[in-house]
Amino acid sequence: MPSSVMPTPRTTDAQLPPAAVSAVGLRKSYGDKTVLDGIDLRIPAGSVFALLGPNGAGKTTAVKILSTLITADGGQAQVAGHDLAAAPQAVRAAIGVTGQFSAVDGLITGEENMLLMADLHHLPKAEGRRVAAGLLERFGLTDAAKKPASTYSGGMKRRLDIAMTLVGDPRIIFLDEPTTGLDPRSRHTMWQIIRDLVAGGVTVFLTTQYLEEADELADRIAVLNDGRIAAEGTADELKRLIPGGHVRLRFTDPAGYRTAALALGGATRDDESLTLQIPSDGSQRDLRTVLDRLDSAGVEADELTVHTPDLDDVFFALTGGAAAPGPTDQPKENVR
Amino acid sequence: MSSLPLAVRDSSTMLRRNLLHARRYPSLTLNLLLTPIVLLLLFVYVFGDVMSAGIGGGGADRSEYIAYLVPGILLMTIGGTLVGTAVSVSNDMTEGIIARFRTMAIHRGSVLVGHVVGSVLQALVSVVLVGAVGVAIGFRSTDAGVLEWVAAFGLLALFALAFTWIAVGMGMVSPSAEAASNNALPLIFLPLISSAFVPVDAMPGWFQPVARYQPFTPAIETLRGLLLGTPIGNNWWITVLWCLGLAALGYRWSKSVFDRDPK
Repeated sequence: MPSSVMPTPRTTDAQLPPAAVSAVGLRKSYGDKTVLDGIDLRIPAGSVFALLGPNGAGKTTAVKILSTLITADGGQAQVAGHDLAAAPQAVRAAIGVTGQFSAVDGLITGEENMLLMADLHHLPKAEGRRVAAGLLERFGLTDAAKKPASTYSGGMKRRLDIAMTLVGDPRIIFLDEPTTGLDPRSRHTMWQIIRDLVAGGVTVFLTTQYLEEADELADRIAVLNDGRIAAEGTADELKRLIPGGHVRLRFTDPAGYRTAALALGGATRDDESLTLQIPSDGSQRDLRTVLDRLDSAGVEADELTVHTPDLDDVFFALTGGAAAPGPTDQPKENVR
Repeated sequence: MSSLPLAVRDSSTMLRRNLLHARRYPSLTLNLLLTPIVLLLLFVYVFGDVMSAGIGGGGADRSEYIAYLVPGILLMTIGGTLVGTAVSVSNDMTEGIIARFRTMAIHRGSVLVGHVVGSVLQALVSVVLVGAVGVAIGFRSTDAGVLEWVAAFGLLALFALAFTWIAVGMGMVSPSAEAASNNALPLIFLPLISSAFVPVDAMPGWFQPVARYQPFTPAIETLRGLLLGTPIGNNWWITVLWCLGLAALGYRWSKSVFDRDPK
């Protein structure tokens, strides 16, 4: 790990953007219960990273460690180029955190919450008021600004929470289960908020137990299970990890069907519907092989569809759930 | 920003937050004022004749007992506000906003300092309010010039500061408001076994050392001396030692609990 102050990538990573968050071997246990069992992360600046996992997988613990709330038992991590253990205040100055449980002061109004944040970020009075009013407006809270935050609905509290996090203009934002407990409309509002943040160049580290959410928002996803990263990659890369993906070819001409079946040795035949099913990871190279074989056999399929397992399959396979369709004995597999 | 201005600035922000809470929800503070005021009225108007017989070698009248009682009631008022401090700190620590503060680049101690300064100010306001009731029923300072009044206020502030740090520690280690309230109960009981209501000399001999040297008695005797001209003797420095010791202990305790990883 580089120990310099700036997020300089290792020379071998020279083509990669600098890491906003990087961690090696993070460990944490409470008593004899191991919550994080050595996790490695590298999150490029300006991207959205989703830590996906079932309840109790250690997602919140990971966020708490990376946001300086608690200390790790082992491992190293750098956030915004600063070492967590050596320079926690420098890390804090660069990050914003919206935890799983509402981090607003319920006894005071939404506006007072915002001004409190402005004061703690040492903004001049006038600027603090301007920033607070702007963010309240942006998150649709202007009408409720003078009401105590304890009277807000779940979605409003969450929006106020994020608005407060944004007062200091953080470059890296941690969102711990930002949509848990929200109704569908609030969830979509929250997704849009997150997309807008990313459009502004902010790095987002979010945790979620919703596959759809990770699929929707994240550039990269790590599946956390039992304190370990079970897999990491883009949503598509993760889907390809799981067997069950295939290419389906449908023919109308029985002769063409038979020729193709001979050309493609490993295909599963369905003579009645004249379809062939070839195991495939759905990659370009794999498809090209199939197409090349069809070409050299001189047949053309009437319909070609690629089926990749959805993220649910991946999730259950990796976290050892009941619906696991594939091998689960690969506890650690990094897709690059 | 260098460290000291940062500490002052963040602490005053936190203080404003706590005062805002107190102003928005004054019921907790006002409820805590009820106990000393009720005790004051009870001991003067219901038990007054009996109690006054016990002071000054007998033959004292009710107005003399008011004079005897009020300094103790004032310090008891501080004891009462400490329960409020412990409860509000305990409540606050369970709030998500504290986790937010911990992940912000602010002066780390400012959360606690805000609570302490806010509580001391509330304690002093409470003392003034209860003192006003005392004056209304006939309490008069017989011996206090400007200097004595300043010293009396200084004593009350120092006493409140020291015990507030203890109460903050109690609030920090309490998992709930109920537990905080129970943990802080000794701070209500201590004045009852001090010289607040009856002179230590009137207590059983074996108990006198406990009553005489616990922190409330020297503070009460010092306040009496300042306001009424009774002899202070060694009570003032015993009070100061108690306060410095408790403040240091409470500060270190609270800080070490706050610096621990939250659950």
